[in-house]
Amino acid sequence: MFELLGIAPQALFGQLLLGLINGSFYAMLSLGLAVIFGLLNIINFAHGAQYMAGAFVAWMLLTYLGIPYWGALVLSPLLVGAAGIVIERLMIARLYHLDHLYGLLLTFGLALIIQGLFRNSYGISGLPYTIPTEFQGGQNLGFMFLPNYRAWVVVASVIVCFGTWFMIEKTRLGAYLRAATENPTMVGAFGINVPRLITLTYGFGVALAAFAGVLAAPIYSVNPNMGADLIIVVFAVVVIGGMGSILGAILTGFGLGLIEGLTKVFYPEGSAVVIFVIMAIVLMVKPAGLFGRTA
Amino acid sequence: MTDPAPIASVQPLLTVRDLNGWYGESHVLHGMNFDVGEGEVITLLGRNGAGKTTTLKAIMGILARRRGSVSLAGRELIGQPSRAIAKAGIALCPEERAIFSSLSVEENLMLPPRVKPGGLTVEQVFELFPNLKERLSSQGTRLSGGEQQMLAIGRILRTGAKLLLLDEPTEGLAPVIVQQIGRTIARLKQEGFTIVLVEQNLRFAASVADRHYIVQQGRVIDTIPNAELDANTEKLHAYLGV
Repeated sequence: MFELLGIAPQALFGQLLLGLINGSFYAMLSLGLAVIFGLLNIINFAHGAQYMAGAFVAWMLLTYLGIPYWGALVLSPLLVGAAGIVIERLMIARLYHLDHLYGLLLTFGLALIIQGLFRNSYGISGLPYTIPTEFQGGQNLGFMFLPNYRAWVVVASVIVCFGTWFMIEKTRLGAYLRAATENPTMVGAFGINVPRLITLTYGFGVALAAFAGVLAAPIYSVNPNMGADLIIVVFAVVVIGGMGSILGAILTGFGLGLIEGLTKVFYPEGSAVVIFVIMAIVLMVKPAGLFGRTA
Repeated sequence: MTDPAPIASVQPLLTVRDLNGWYGESHVLHGMNFDVGEGEVITLLGRNGAGKTTTLKAIMGILARRRGSVSLAGRELIGQPSRAIAKAGIALCPEERAIFSSLSVEENLMLPPRVKPGGLTVEQVFELFPNLKERLSSQGTRLSGGEQQMLAIGRILRTGAKLLLLDEPTEGLAPVIVQQIGRTIARLKQEGFTIVLVEQNLRFAASVADRHYIVQQGRVIDTIPNAELDANTEKLHAYLGV
């Protein structure tokens, strides 16, 4: 069959794996964006910078404090998430009574400032982050070679995405979150502290971006622009999945990663734009996105 | 014309004094005064736009601009955020019912946290509204209008709040459901709940309430005990334009 298509199976599966890896990052990042947008009505343009900060904090923890990968995987999301909470309390909270656009402009500005600060201190050539020893090497699956670390990224991403989905859709805290997304006034009138829920949600979304950043550090070099390059694609993923839809963000993230990988095999010239072409088509056919609800 | 002296047959639980409220720039409440005794059911009657719903929102703390005094058992609540007012023991069933579409019936029912001991158990809520028990896993907004109203009332009975603000609970419902809600209110009164009811349906109001406050242009302009309702029919018709 592969001979008929004129494609080596190694190339096909290799690109599919690459697509799945990219999809893992799309899914984690668009999930965070969707959660934040759902409750805060803020398009968090700083998401890419927060992902980059997650990778940088992991690098700093290792370089300056000698804290290895596993410690960074926990500490970096906590630190970057806490920084996100400070930003929400000090700045974003003042914009809730205004149009969405102001939140986008503020977070866009913040993204530029954060990236600029890192660029100023560390340059743009990129810093190496070694793959943890547990995950060096790989498996020969016969039809392809599977690097251990990349397999771990996919597994970790699936666990985090499923865990987040479960928390939002199946727990009491998640019910508060969904209810507050629909009607925050009424949820407050039941005695629930909605402002605190909003702050924690933003912190959680940011921590999710930082977690993705730590996962990315050993694969892509740690670079101040790593988030800016990715975030545009992630926004397209969110738009295709439907703003604010949790399951939509996850499925669309993985799905589009795979589609992008396949495009690299069959029509490499189109791989850079395929997601945006899909976005344009989805917007024409289903403006609320594949999983979005029309208001 | 001065406001009539508020009448309360028992020690007032809720005291509303000179309550003013605004929607943006528009001044809607112009000094509401009324009392609700513990265990009483009172209604706010008046034409559309008189300020009845706004009064409930101002008491619950979800009207952004409000001034005056709302006190519950002597505790002033006017400057408090709505979540603190909820914890003080006041619960609102809004006119639009506010059932959450992304939550199941069960999640909607269990959403409001307990604020005080002594609320109804879930089983007791099912006793009042057996329909809910059969629809627990449905999406909240898939329920019929009547079932949604039962859910909106049922969920605040669990919380332990003893003062219920019910905004037009019978609006748009079939007569048999209106009767069921009437029986529920009578039962809640027996159980010691205190209820402020906004109602357009005068016959329904007369069947459940102890006293009626007539609201006009954001003020209470008259008070009619339920027992004297028949004697005041003409006056009432003039007020309400029915």
